[in-house]
Amino acid sequence: MTTATLKSGAVRQVNGKKTLSFAFLGALLAYFVYIFFTFDIANLGQRASLENARTLVADSYSYKTHITKSNRGAGTLTASIEGEKKGRYPEGSYPDWVESDGTDAFVTLADNSVVELAGKVVYYDVPDYGAIKITTRNSGIDLELPTADVPDFISASRNRVAITVPGGRINVTKAKTEIFRYFTGWEMFFFTLDSPFYGKSPAQLAYLASSAPRIDPNTSNLALMWDGFWNNAMWRHSDVAWAIVETILMAFLGTIGAALIALPLAFLSAQNFTKNLVARFSMRRIFDFLRGVDGLIWTIILSRALGPGPLTGALAMLLTDTGTFGKMFSETLENVDDKQIEGIRSTGAKPIQRYRFGVIPQITPVFISQVLYNLESNTRSATIIGAIVGGGIGLLLTQAIITGKDWEEVSYYIVLIVLMVMMMDSLSGWLRSKLIGNKDS
Amino acid sequence: MSPSALDTRASYLAQTHRKRLYSGVMLVLLVAMLCGGFMTADDRNAGGFWDGLPHVLDFPAEVLGEAAQKITLLPAHLVNFFPSLVETINIAAAATLAGAIAAVFLALLSTRGLARWPRMIPVFRRMSDMMRAIPEIVIALVLIFILGGGPVPAMIAIAFHTVGALGKLFSEVTENADLKPVEGLGSVGASWMQRMWLGVIPQVSPNFISYALLRFEINIRASAILGFVGAGGIGYDLRNAISWGQGKYDEAAAIFILLFLAIVAVDQLSSLLRNKLVGDTK
Repeated sequence: MTTATLKSGAVRQVNGKKTLSFAFLGALLAYFVYIFFTFDIANLGQRASLENARTLVADSYSYKTHITKSNRGAGTLTASIEGEKKGRYPEGSYPDWVESDGTDAFVTLADNSVVELAGKVVYYDVPDYGAIKITTRNSGIDLELPTADVPDFISASRNRVAITVPGGRINVTKAKTEIFRYFTGWEMFFFTLDSPFYGKSPAQLAYLASSAPRIDPNTSNLALMWDGFWNNAMWRHSDVAWAIVETILMAFLGTIGAALIALPLAFLSAQNFTKNLVARFSMRRIFDFLRGVDGLIWTIILSRALGPGPLTGALAMLLTDTGTFGKMFSETLENVDDKQIEGIRSTGAKPIQRYRFGVIPQITPVFISQVLYNLESNTRSATIIGAIVGGGIGLLLTQAIITGKDWEEVSYYIVLIVLMVMMMDSLSGWLRSKLIGNKDS
Repeated sequence: MSPSALDTRASYLAQTHRKRLYSGVMLVLLVAMLCGGFMTADDRNAGGFWDGLPHVLDFPAEVLGEAAQKITLLPAHLVNFFPSLVETINIAAAATLAGAIAAVFLALLSTRGLARWPRMIPVFRRMSDMMRAIPEIVIALVLIFILGGGPVPAMIAIAFHTVGALGKLFSEVTENADLKPVEGLGSVGASWMQRMWLGVIPQVSPNFISYALLRFEINIRASAILGFVGAGGIGYDLRNAISWGQGKYDEAAAIFILLFLAIVAVDQLSSLLRNKLVGDTK
């Protein structure tokens, strides 16, 4: 009898739980279906630009050198890395795969095929296809092919001919002829073209730094080398270093500043320390308000008054975190053990001494671990806030992404950001174990 | 008092003094760093702190003033921007859900005693660290470039970070889970999925859900901020309203109100739910 009742009760309970968990899964599925339609994920493929994705991936680990010949005027030939002014070869000098007298040239592509530029004519013998001749005239561009049909790798019109082969790309318009050749790596990461150290091997550099005669009689080679690297116009190492420092500074100021402000205020909002209901209630509402007005809104308000920069970001984080810390600290304070305080009181201690020796030691571990956790998470937030207030690595990252072509710089910044966050993570873990003893991990 | 007791007392006092001295030096150092930091940041800011401070309230006053003038339009604005708010919340909710589901697997796979492939534990741990270290904005901006604007890049970016963040918290929970049910299920021939689903998940789900709710609060804020850099939702509307300048501040005010209310409501609701689930005092 009792066994039967127990059994039927258990079966009912299990069935109930089963229904509940299936209902939960069903609701989850229904929500994702809803999201699928509201976010229009079905058409994502159409909106997505594979072209952009390809450029992004290719650019992040490789660079291209542009060989540009003007089809107007004297028809001078120039070479520059990524087509940027900062990466231009000095006039009359070219990379070693270009043979040129200043106007006409033989350009070797990556698959060892050679493009000849002669006056306004381009000759190119495409491997496995045949010889192509492209002539630029005022009326338009003439394309002569060995076959009747235009093959897939050539797109041609009256005003533009573009050829894409494994070894590179050729682009002819009435104004100019351009040849792109791709290379792996981050070019000019250490030295730009105008530096005397460009293209030297590490061994050569070590020799130059240690025993070679001075290149510039006024400074040592090592100092010159450092100057060339630090003030690299392409990669801007000094700016990037400053940006990282700024980002960490924002997180540090925001977190520690908030903690120092919130600690005394938390006493005002803790039940066992403040008997005055009005003071306690209003302090709590202030904390809620600071937290509820998101960092984003504080950022906007502050950047109107203080202008863009790291201070604005730091203060915005400080305001939000004061609310977060205030709430958390006051909860911790409400949970402190009264016995220690009583013990201190029994020795005739004044209130300040009671706080200092009865309360502070109890809340220090919670305080420190919370502050350190926020410091790490704020380093990440500082990257985002930096993008809005215009400070730190966040700004550099957004700028590089918006231009949409310096993806090697974007990947460089991403690597730096990840390293920075991981460094702050281990730093805060190390500090925690130093300050409050190793509890876990 | 015996001499040895006096010795002990003297050495105790000396120790305390030294400790206090160290703490004092640390505190002074911290304050000095803080002051130096604020001065450096102030230097590099476009506008100075002391010049700007009196004007901090100018912008809110302007916004509120304009909103007060057009107070009759406010209800309409609130209704107009409500769909954007829903989008922001949806981004956060979908990202939290998807991230949490992936994080459950990541946590189980990186817990000693539960992992499917024990040798792979360090790999999954590092994976979780990596995912945690990448700020949402990095992924969001790159995906906006590829996928175009809209809620999907933000959702993916937030979900990615959530997997890492929750993965770590979840694995702390699973590490303390009781292994007996798992062994019991294993002895009757249950597969790994069954052992986890029936032996571990019921033990840890209150904590899991509580952490996921906490994450949801954080993700709503993140979703609003990502909107501001171009990923749709109410943040995007906010940027438009603000960059328009005067004349649209009533809209900005409406968005401020909506965002504030949403954040407060979700905070309250989630802390209520969390209290019920794990009965902690937060």
